[in-house]
Amino acid sequence: MTDPALALTDLRFAWPGRDGFALRCPDFALGQGETVLLLGESGSGKSTLLSLICGIVAAGPGQVRIGGTDLGALRAGARDRFRAEGIGVIFQQFNLLPYASVADNILLPLRFAPQRRARAAKGGCVMAEVQRLCAAIGLPDDIVTRPAGRLSVGQQQRVAVVRALIGQPPLIVADEPTSALDAATQDAFLALLFGQLRAAGAALLMVSHDERLAPRFDRTVHLRDIVTTPRVAA
Amino acid sequence: MILRLATRSLMARALTVGLTVLAIALSVALFLGIEKVRTGARASFADTISGTDLIVGARSGSVQLLLYSVFRIGNATNNVTWDSYQDIAARPEVDWIVPISLGDSHRQFRVMGTTPAFFDRYKYRGDRDLVIGEGAGLNDLYDAVIGADVAQALGYAVGDAIVVSHGVASFTDHDDQPFRVAGIVEKTGTPVDRTVIVSLEAIEAIHVDWQQGGVALGGPAGPATPVETIRAMDLTPSAITAALVGVDQRTQIFGLQRWVNDYSQEPLLAVLPGVALQELWQIVGVAETALVAVSGMVVVTALLGMMAMILSSLNERRREMAIWRAMGARPATILSLLVLEAVVMAALGAILGFMLLYAGLWIAQPLFDAAFGLWLPIAAPHAQEFAVLGAVVLAAAVASLVPALRAYRLSLADGMMVKI
Ligand SMILES: Nc1ncnc2c1ncn2[C@@H]1O[C@H](COP(=O)(O)OP(=O)(O)OP(=O)(O)O)[C@@H](O)[C@H]1O
Ligand SMILES: [Mg+2]
Repeated sequence: MTDPALALTDLRFAWPGRDGFALRCPDFALGQGETVLLLGESGSGKSTLLSLICGIVAAGPGQVRIGGTDLGALRAGARDRFRAEGIGVIFQQFNLLPYASVADNILLPLRFAPQRRARAAKGGCVMAEVQRLCAAIGLPDDIVTRPAGRLSVGQQQRVAVVRALIGQPPLIVADEPTSALDAATQDAFLALLFGQLRAAGAALLMVSHDERLAPRFDRTVHLRDIVTTPRVAA
Repeated sequence: MILRLATRSLMARALTVGLTVLAIALSVALFLGIEKVRTGARASFADTISGTDLIVGARSGSVQLLLYSVFRIGNATNNVTWDSYQDIAARPEVDWIVPISLGDSHRQFRVMGTTPAFFDRYKYRGDRDLVIGEGAGLNDLYDAVIGADVAQALGYAVGDAIVVSHGVASFTDHDDQPFRVAGIVEKTGTPVDRTVIVSLEAIEAIHVDWQQGGVALGGPAGPATPVETIRAMDLTPSAITAALVGVDQRTQIFGLQRWVNDYSQEPLLAVLPGVALQELWQIVGVAETALVAVSGMVVVTALLGMMAMILSSLNERRREMAIWRAMGARPATILSLLVLEAVVMAALGAILGFMLLYAGLWIAQPLFDAAFGLWLPIAAPHAQEFAVLGAVVLAAAVASLVPALRAYRLSLADGMMVKI
């Protein structure tokens, strides 16, 4: 039985406050290993939706199911743990703790996810897996001991990819990871990301407002097609 | 790993963190330092006189009597007549009695007239005797035995001539009758170090030309009496300032005290040094408490500074918090991260403050000794000091809860993306 990597049913959410932004997602699903590009204008609620999917903010009524688990049924602590175990997150930029070493940044989610850590250590020790992924994504060998704040933006984004992929979480969520990169770097970055995704068999939900990225993905979705944003007037 | 990340994060903000740690360190050093000086002063005062059962003087306050007779602080309001002194000395309970006559000075130091018995009877720090390190005791009428500080400050050696001034801080000198330094008392850490000791007769001798109370401010009128004439005179004093008394048996102390206090010919006061010291502590205690409170407030201020520093750093660190959250950290982890940060800073501050304290003590020890005759012992830190350090760290943890709870709420409200 294969549960979808992600399924949203009749999800409703509103940021606190009288004029808080609200959204509603009747139905959306992401198959296992599927890559989906989610397009939408600025301020349309893409990041909000990703926060809900990650369980960083709790949804109201409706369901967020990840690999068959209903996030809403979990308590806050369990939800955080679930995110650490099962979801790799990549931001637009400033992904890393600048003062920590690259290795510490990559290992940070494993600190909260013992199972994922065990998976990462299967080939030997965790550091070997870190080195392997770094090499695979074209980062120099000696990078792991350097402070993350000293890396170029492109390098930082690739470290963020390694961090999302380590321990093979079934779902990767990326919020405009390429928008801080120039066109050439963007292309190389996406090629590496997709190469590693296929190797790990993870599903990807990537948010962007750049339609030119579409050909690489299995499917392209416009936010306005899956989400309604009732203007909070009443 | 979390501890490592927390210290890295602190190191990345080395300047502000360093200043915060320094503020805590200084406040801790100040607090413990004041405590050291306080206990040091108490111990030093308590060590100043021992072996004396009663101090007798003119009727005034018992603290005042203790201060002027033993510590040479302040002045006697009145004298004790020689007759009264003789009466007390004749009491059967009295084992020994040593008269003290104060009122003159040499430079910044007080001059004390007494009998040679003073050197046998005066004890300090438990049961220690005065030791005349160089020279000898009082033999000639114009012999003076000086304390170690007097010798050091004025560069005197045995055989030097010194001139005693009339009164304290006065410009009229008894320069017609110079004294000779006969001996130097080894360092005691008591007011004896800062005293010029002469015989009771010598005090009388230098006042021969000064009629009671002094004739004129300009000094005695007429030619000075030749020294040979004075030596031939009867130099028994008419009055003394105070007397130190030892009794035969300790049980007789209170009886003698009552007898002196009820003495009808003259209003007198007899006090037990220990009791008077207790009274002194009661008076000083208020000031001490204030001092400790103020230094405690300084520690609180330093901790408040740390709290403000963490609070103001929160905004620029919201993205960092969002990263932690996205990686699976619970809000409680973020809270504990900030508390941990505060605890590390406070612990560093406390340790640094401790080191500052001992470095400061090491430097200040000779200075305090020279300026106040106060010897601050550099002892191994005792449990109470560790308790203070622990309390500082604990207080820091509590103080950090304010910014930590704020970070907790922010990290819940921010979601994944922080827009700055
Ligand atoms: N933490 C928050 N608290 C309250 N309101 C928020 C919060 N984050 C976002 N919003 C509101 O939600 C709405 C959607 O914001 P969101 O960041 O999801 O849009 P977006 O599609 O990701 O835009 P962009 O392309 O600029 O990143 C905005 O109106 C914003 O004000
Ligand atoms: Mg966004």
